[in-house]
Amino acid sequence: MIAESGHYALVLALALALIQSTVPVLGARLRDPALMGVARSSAIGQLLFAATAFAALVTLHVTSDFSVVNVFENSHSLKPMIYKITGVWGNHEGSMLLWVSILALFGGLVAIFGNNLPLSLRAHVLAVQAWIASAFYLFILMTSNPFLRIANPPIEGRDLNPILQDIGLAVHPPMLYLGYVGFSISFSFAIAALLEGRIDAAWARWVRPWTLVAWIFLTLGIAMGSYWAYYELGWGGWWFWDPVENASLMPWLAGTALLHSALVMEKRNALKVWTILLSIMTFSLSLLGTFLVRSGVLTSVHAFASDPTRGVFILLILCLFIGGSLTLFAARASTLKQGGLFAPISREGALVLNNLFLTTACATVLIGTLYPLALEVVTGAKISVGAPFFNLTFGPLFFPLLVAVPFGPMLAWKRGDLLGAAQRLLAAGVVALFVIAVVWAWTRGGSALAPLAIGLAVFVVGGAVSDLIERTGLFRVPLVTVMRRSRGLPRSVWGTAFAHAGLGVALIGIVCETTWNSEYIATMRPDDVAKLAGYELKLDGLSQRQGPNFREMTASFTVSLDGERLAVMTPSKRNFTTRAMSTTEAALLTRGVSQLYISLGDTTAEGAIAVRIYHKPLVLLIWLGPVLMAFGGMMSLSDRRLRVGAPKPAKALRGLQAAE
Amino acid sequence: MTRKQRKLTIIGGALAVLAVALGLVLNALRDSIVFFSTPTMVAEKHVAPGTRFRLGGLVEPGSLVRGDNLAVKFEVADGAAKLPVAFKGILPDLFREGQGIVAEGALDTSGVFRADTVLAKHDETYMPKDVADALKKQGHWKDDYGARPGANAKPSAGATATQGAARLVQGVSQ
Repeated sequence: MIAESGHYALVLALALALIQSTVPVLGARLRDPALMGVARSSAIGQLLFAATAFAALVTLHVTSDFSVVNVFENSHSLKPMIYKITGVWGNHEGSMLLWVSILALFGGLVAIFGNNLPLSLRAHVLAVQAWIASAFYLFILMTSNPFLRIANPPIEGRDLNPILQDIGLAVHPPMLYLGYVGFSISFSFAIAALLEGRIDAAWARWVRPWTLVAWIFLTLGIAMGSYWAYYELGWGGWWFWDPVENASLMPWLAGTALLHSALVMEKRNALKVWTILLSIMTFSLSLLGTFLVRSGVLTSVHAFASDPTRGVFILLILCLFIGGSLTLFAARASTLKQGGLFAPISREGALVLNNLFLTTACATVLIGTLYPLALEVVTGAKISVGAPFFNLTFGPLFFPLLVAVPFGPMLAWKRGDLLGAAQRLLAAGVVALFVIAVVWAWTRGGSALAPLAIGLAVFVVGGAVSDLIERTGLFRVPLVTVMRRSRGLPRSVWGTAFAHAGLGVALIGIVCETTWNSEYIATMRPDDVAKLAGYELKLDGLSQRQGPNFREMTASFTVSLDGERLAVMTPSKRNFTTRAMSTTEAALLTRGVSQLYISLGDTTAEGAIAVRIYHKPLVLLIWLGPVLMAFGGMMSLSDRRLRVGAPKPAKALRGLQAAE
Repeated sequence: MTRKQRKLTIIGGALAVLAVALGLVLNALRDSIVFFSTPTMVAEKHVAPGTRFRLGGLVEPGSLVRGDNLAVKFEVADGAAKLPVAFKGILPDLFREGQGIVAEGALDTSGVFRADTVLAKHDETYMPKDVADALKKQGHWKDDYGARPGANAKPSAGATATQGAARLVQGVSQ
């Protein structure tokens, strides 16, 4: 009964989406407020039905109803409750349902909070949202229905892939999808603007908070996924340049560029056409990501064996939306007038530079991701483009970008003073040079690149701090004035500083981890001692235990530093009987922001066990950086100017006329 | 500066960055792509020792020999040819005989493939896509490859992984 209601709710959501994708557009044509108002109620209705369908699938998983194929294939009655819930989106059908539910959620939010939008703009935005939604409802109903029944229900399910039975699955996919799908809003706004042939600074002000929300979730989602891979896969890697990771990185790069260009458009009414194009590109890359992940088309290290009908269907959706939106863009972009002149050395100029490097970096990632695929289709040769490609292209492009980051906020709008900005960054530069010298002296004989990269990271952090010091007048005016000024600073200034500093912090972590990471791999017997980075790790012994749906072998290590006992670490290996699979549960010991990492290999016949121990200096900074960035994003989001929403556009509409 | 000059500055800068990026991409593509081969392809093409490539195939049952200090030797087969592989380090969780793997490394002068990375697929069919495609092309694909791990695992079963979740577990050598 529940499965059928879920199925039915999904069909109803599709019906509402079809209404929402046509009636409001008609209403906008006829200038009929009643017809345009349909968008709002149908978007809210669609959200309710999508949520019902999702809740139905969750209920089926929680109650272990194995008469439903999806539950049978991905669940097990002995599985802990949390994984019964997270298992809902740990498979293709369920994750697509989560995708459309989040899409419906965003549509509903625009409908609920979009009261200050002009009626026709809201109607158009929601209609475009409904086009996307209809396509994906159809996709689910036709190729990946999670509510299908089995004729002869089995007694027990086949269990969820053990590697997914982790708390990471509870957080990572929903976060990532909130990011991916969140960019659909800026896409819809861009299409709506092209349809209306009208765009102004107010438009950017409406779009920016939505883009910011999506960007925050995507940032956290990527960071979370990276940390999950780090502790779950048992060999301490945190970024693989895997096509599926690239699929999430590309929308992030484009989305970051969009955030910055929307700023220019909001403040200076310039870069309109570019901002529209970026909105389209960002969501197109999200769709591309969905395609790459869901169709199993790439030789990905992410396992994904799907049947080709799904791939072709998503490819059609992809072509339809990317092709359609770019065609519309080509036809209508010239009607949008450019405004706001600026000199190359100015805040706008810096933001253009930011956009240039981010989109170019994004393009190189795109080439690296799609090149093997294209080559295989054209010549049949199978190649893999690995980490070296991305390190050689992405790195050199990010280097000048990072040098430029601290200058951006220091430059004035319209016409900036590069020399003045450089003077204000003098302190940050001196600190960075000092750090380079210290690191160089400390690690003599090592890589020359690492101290330079750390210096650059310190410069980025220092630049963010200098900007705050400059604006609050710290060290120059009395403390009371400083306090007053810092309270008076717009939250978005704090947001910028935090986000930029986060970038530097992440870079420090990345450089330290990759350069000074040390490892110890050997077979150990009980009472053997491993020495690594000053730590002594003694293997106390091995023990077996039975978990809810697995058997576990745990090794116990006593960790000591300079003879002083610090902690006991217990890495383990789990054997999941249902799928005959084993997973490695690494043990982590956090010391400050560095970590010790132990994972187990196979046992030998003589009772010894293969052990891999890593010391990862400053590794936590890699994820602390993105958290800081996301925090900066939230600060910016709480800025009063964004919260209040956009003002009504000026009467003259800045010389732009409707395209009708 | 006039409006035109400003525009030209920006366009010129953009073109410069794009040119640099193109140079980087072409350079990196020349140096860092790795080709995929099966044992048969290696035998036919006479790959020179020292050339890095990815070797895919099935671990020959009964060929796994564990040596001292985590050294392992095994053979990778694709039905028509076999190639001995040497690896030092911890093998991935899902490594087992009869299962599809991808190893990255190069041949040494004696014709042994020295792998520095061994990848095993984390899905229920235990079959990396490259390997499955290559085997199908050569007509050695058997549907029971997938059924081996568990009696109730259907080879055609839907995917089980979410984004970012199921990766190959890598065994990275010392």
